[in-house]
Amino acid sequence: MFNLKKIAAGVLAAATLISVAACGNGPDPAAGGSSASGQQGQTVEQIKKAGKIRIATFGDLPPYGYVKNDGTRAGYDVALGNQVAKDLGVKVEWVQVNADGRVDSLKSDKVDLVLANFTVTDERKQVVDFASPYMKVSIGVVSPDKAKITSADDLKGKDLAVTKGTTAETYFTQNYPDVNLQKFDSKTQQFQAFKDGRVAALADDNTYLYAWAKDNPGYTVGIKTLGDESTIAPAVKKGNKSLLDWMNNEIKTLTDDGFFEKAYESELAPSFTSDIKPEDVIIK
Amino acid sequence: MEPLAITDAAGAAYVTVASGAGVIFTGDNLTRLLSGLGTSVTVAGLALIVGIPLGIVLGALRILHNPFLRAILRLYLEFFRIVPTLVILFLSYYILPRELGVQVDGVTVAVVAFGLWVAAEISDIVRGALISVSDHQVDAGKALGMNGLQILWYVRIPQSVNLMVPATINLAARVIMTTSLLLLISVIDVITVGQQIMEANRMTHPDAAFWVYGFIFFLYFIICWPLAMIAKALEKRAKERNNG
Repeated sequence: MFNLKKIAAGVLAAATLISVAACGNGPDPAAGGSSASGQQGQTVEQIKKAGKIRIATFGDLPPYGYVKNDGTRAGYDVALGNQVAKDLGVKVEWVQVNADGRVDSLKSDKVDLVLANFTVTDERKQVVDFASPYMKVSIGVVSPDKAKITSADDLKGKDLAVTKGTTAETYFTQNYPDVNLQKFDSKTQQFQAFKDGRVAALADDNTYLYAWAKDNPGYTVGIKTLGDESTIAPAVKKGNKSLLDWMNNEIKTLTDDGFFEKAYESELAPSFTSDIKPEDVIIK
Repeated sequence: MEPLAITDAAGAAYVTVASGAGVIFTGDNLTRLLSGLGTSVTVAGLALIVGIPLGIVLGALRILHNPFLRAILRLYLEFFRIVPTLVILFLSYYILPRELGVQVDGVTVAVVAFGLWVAAEISDIVRGALISVSDHQVDAGKALGMNGLQILWYVRIPQSVNLMVPATINLAARVIMTTSLLLLISVIDVITVGQQIMEANRMTHPDAAFWVYGFIFFLYFIICWPLAMIAKALEKRAKERNNG
C-alpha cells in the first residue's frame, strides 16, 4: 500500500510538471497556421468569408468597454470595434475577457482582435502583434482646486497617494525621491485617503483620473502627463500579418477621417471633465 | 417646519434606496441577470448529469482489489482535487485546444471540465459510503450466492446511499457557486452580468454593488435552498427504509 501511494504521488508530480511545462510553452509555430508563409490566425479574407470578426473586450471598464442597461456593449473600444466590422462588411462577435485573458485569447485563436484598453509594452510585443495605437495614456496627478498642483516640483515634501504596483508608484520612487509617497492597496483606498485630506495629491493613469475628477467636483487633474507616454493599440495574433496590415491601414484611414475625434466626443467626453481636450487622449 | 423636514428626510431616504435597487430593474438588467443565472445553472446541471453517473461507476471500481486500477483512479481523484478548478478551466480552454489544434466553445469546455471534477469527487463519496457497509452484510450476501455485482446492487448501495446523498448535494451547491469562474473562459454567468451592471451604473448609482450582489445572493439562495431540502428529505427516507 505504502509503495502504491509513493508511485501514485510520483506519477502525479510528473503530470503536474508536464501541465506546468505546457503552460510555459511559447507560441507554437504550427498551431492555428493556415499556410506555409507563416500566416497565423484568420486572414482578412477568412473573416470576410465567415461574415463575423471575434473581438475581445472588457465588459466592466466604462467609458472604454462596458455593457449598457439594455444589454448592448458601448465605449470607446467598442465604438472602434463596430467601425472595424462595418468597414470589413462583417458582424462583430464580442468576447468578454479579463485583463489576464487578453493574450491567451489571441494565442489560442479564440478571438481575431483585442480591443480592450490594451497598453503596448515590450513584454506584450513578444507574444502578440500590436497595430497602430488609437489612444495614449500616461501618469497624471489630481489635486484639490483650492491647493492645485501643476508641476511635480510642487510636490516636494508633500504627501502623494499612489496604488502599489502602478506605473505612478515606480515613476515617483525613481524620479522624485523627495515626495512622500503614501502607498495604498486599492484604488478605493487611495481615493478615500485623498478625499479625507490625508494627502496633498494623488497620482494614477491620467485617463482614469479624468473620469474620477468628473464625478468629484472640486478636484482637477493639475498635471495631465508625467514621464513616458504609453499607447493603447489593437492587438492581433502574433504572425497574423493579413489582419495586422489591414488594421494599420484602417487606423490610418479612421484617423484621417476624424473618426477618433467623433468617438471621443460621443464615448469619452461625457465622462471626462470639461478641461480635458481630445488631444490629451487620442492620437493625431 | 417639522413635518416638512420629516417628509424631506423620508423622501431622500426613499430616493437613495430606490436608486441602488432600481438598477436591477432598469432596462433589460433583470432579464440579463436571470439569463446569466440560467447559464450558471445549465453548466452546473449538465456537469452533474455527466459527472454523477461516471463518478458512481468509478467509485464502485475503486472498491475492487485491483492495485493498478486503484492507483489510476486515485491519481484521477487527486489530480482534480489538487489542481484548482480555475487552472483546469484555463488549461482546457486556452492551452489544450491550441496544442491539439481544435476549437471548443466555452460552455462545452466548462461542462466537460466541471463534469470530470464532479466525477472525481463523487467517486470518493461513493467509495467511502460503499466500504462503510459492514463486512458481515457482504458475507451474508456471499452466503446467499450473490456475485460481486449483485452484492453491490442489493447489499452495498441500498445500505450506503443515505451516506452519499448529503455529500452529493453539498457538491452540487459547490459546483453551482464555482460557475462564478466562468468569465475566465468568456462564458457570461450571473456574477459577470452583475459586474457589468455595477460598472455601467457606477457614475449614477455608486451604491449599486450592494443591491446587485444582494440580489445575486438571493438568486443563489433560491437555487441552493431547495437542494438542501431535497437532501434532507432523501436522507430521511433512506433512514426510514433502512431501519424500517
